[in-house]
Amino acid sequence: MGDTQENTPQSTEVIAAKAAWQVIGEKFGDAISELDENPFMPFFVVKQSERWREIALFMRDNPKLRFTYMACLSGVDYPEEGKLGIVCNLESLGELGHRIAVKVKCDRDEGSIPSVAKVWKTADWHEREAFDMYGMTFSGHPDLRRILCPEDWEGYPLRKDYEVQETYHGIKVPN
Amino acid sequence: MQELGKAEPTSVRVSPKGKTRVTIEKDLSSEEMILNMGPQHPSTHGVLRLECKTDGEVVIEAEPYLGYLHRCFEKHAEMVDYPGIVPFVDRMDYLASMNNDFAFCIAVEKLLDVEIPRRVEFLRVIVSEINRIASHLVAIGTYAIDLGAFTPFLFCFRDREHMLNLLEWTSGARMLYNYILIGGAAYDFPKDFISRTAEFIKYFRPKALELQKLLTENEIFVRRTKGVGMMPADVAVNYGWSGPMLRGSGVEWDLRRVDGYSIYPELDFKVCVPDGKFSDIGDSLSRHLVRALEIEESLNIIEQCLDMIPEEEGFDPRATIPKRIRPKAGEVYGRAENPRGELGFYIVSDGKSTKPLRCKARSSCFVNLSAMKELSHGQLIPDLVSIIGSIDIVLGEVDR
Repeated sequence: MGDTQENTPQSTEVIAAKAAWQVIGEKFGDAISELDENPFMPFFVVKQSERWREIALFMRDNPKLRFTYMACLSGVDYPEEGKLGIVCNLESLGELGHRIAVKVKCDRDEGSIPSVAKVWKTADWHEREAFDMYGMTFSGHPDLRRILCPEDWEGYPLRKDYEVQETYHGIKVPN
Repeated sequence: MQELGKAEPTSVRVSPKGKTRVTIEKDLSSEEMILNMGPQHPSTHGVLRLECKTDGEVVIEAEPYLGYLHRCFEKHAEMVDYPGIVPFVDRMDYLASMNNDFAFCIAVEKLLDVEIPRRVEFLRVIVSEINRIASHLVAIGTYAIDLGAFTPFLFCFRDREHMLNLLEWTSGARMLYNYILIGGAAYDFPKDFISRTAEFIKYFRPKALELQKLLTENEIFVRRTKGVGMMPADVAVNYGWSGPMLRGSGVEWDLRRVDGYSIYPELDFKVCVPDGKFSDIGDSLSRHLVRALEIEESLNIIEQCLDMIPEEEGFDPRATIPKRIRPKAGEVYGRAENPRGELGFYIVSDGKSTKPLRCKARSSCFVNLSAMKELSHGQLIPDLVSIIGSIDIVLGEVDR
C-alpha cells in the first residue's frame, strides 16, 4: 500500500481528504488552514483553536463528512514554536471511508484546547493521556486528571525539556 | 472523579430484553459502597484496578485506574534509534509480539524507500497469523477460567505451546521475538518449517473444533455471557473500538481487508461477525465467538500462505534492511490489525536523525477498555468479570 502511494503523485486517499477539507473550508473559512497534501497523512491545522469543538461536531455529523471514528489522538511538543499540540486521526468508518488528520495547537504555558470527549468518546482517555504527558488542559473535559502517571507525579514526561524528579515518596528515581 | 449525585440510583435491575433476566432488587433503600477490584485480582488480567460503586450486588459504575505497568514507551522511543524500538514494541502486547512488530514496521516503512521482498511478506504474515491464534487461545482460555471453566484453559495452553515452539524455532525466542525488522525479517524459515507448520494445522483443526464444543456450546458459559455487556454498533464506533470487539457489535471492519496491507488482498479470508443466531449481537458472547471464528480464518490464511510462498534457495531476509535507518522528514500514521484491534503508530521524523521526534502508540486495549465505565453500569458484580474477560485486555499494552 505504501508503494502505490509513493508512485502516484496524488493517491485516492489524498483526493478524498481534499474533498472533505473543502466541505469543512466552506463552512469555517479562515478558522482552518490549507490542507497539507502529504501522501502519508493529509492534515490541516485548526487556526482558531477555540472553534475546534464546533468543527469536530460538524465533521462528525455532516452527511458529506461523517468522520465517525477517531483512530488516534496524540499530544505533540513543538519547542521551537513554543507550542504544544494534538494530532487527531479521523476516519469515516464503514460509511464514506475517507481519512484526514487535524492538528490543534496551544501555548506551552497553561495552554488550553477545547475538549472533544463528548464528540468522540475515544478522545476522553486520549485527552487525559495528552494532559498527563504534556500538561495542556482540555476545557470542558468531563474528568481531566492524570491517567498513566501517579496523580502526584511532577512534570510532564514527554515534553522535550522534561527533567525527571529526583525522588518520589522518598524513593530515588533512576535516570 | 464523577460526583456521586450524578450516578443514577439503580435499585431496580432491568434486563436488556426482558425475558432472560429477572429483576433481583426492587424498591430497596440502598447504600452505596465502594469496592476495589484489583490491581491484584486474577480476573483483571494483570494490574488493573476497578473502583466499583456498588449498590448491593449491582454495580452502579466501575471506574478503571491504570498505569501500574506504565514505563513510558513513548519516551524510550525518542531516545533509541528505529531498529532499537522494535524490542520495546514487542513488550507492549506481549501475547502478540509479532503483530506489534508488524504494525510498527508498516508505519516506519511508509517513510522509507524500501521494497520488501515478496518472500519476506509471506514470512511476516505467516508468523503474525500463528501469533494471532496463540493470542486468541490465551484470550479464550483465560476467559473460560474467569467464568469457572478450568479444562478449556489447559486445552488452550497445550496447543499454544506448539505454536510458541514453531515461533521459537524460526525466531529464537519464545514470546518476545524481535523477528520482523524494519525493511525485512531476522531469519528465513528453517528447513522443514513449512511442512511442520502444515502438519500442525492438520493437528490443530480438530482441536479447535473440540474447544468450540467444550466451551462455546456449554450451557453455563452461554448463560454467563449472553446478553451481558451489550454494546450497540454506533456507540462502539464512537468509543473507537476495533478488532474483535467492534466485529462483536456486528460491524464488518477488519484492517486486513480495509487497508489491505502486505499480501492480505491476495488472500481469501472472511471477516468474522456474529450472525445473531447464537448470541445477541454486541454482547460478551459475540466477542468470544468472533475470536473463536477468527482462529479458523487464521488457519485458512496460514494454509494459503504455505502454498503460495515463493521458494528461494539461500534467501536472505536481512538483505533489504537499510544499513542506517533514517526516514525522510514527515509524519505518518501506520496501523495494522492486531488480535486485540487496531494498533497504530504515529511517527514524526525530522529527516536528519535516526531517532523519531515523536512516536505515539495507539493501543487497541487502551481504547477498548475506555468503555468499561459505560459497560459496567447496572451490571452484577459477577457479570463485571464476564465483561472484563470479553474485552481481553493486556495491561502491557494499556499502560505502555
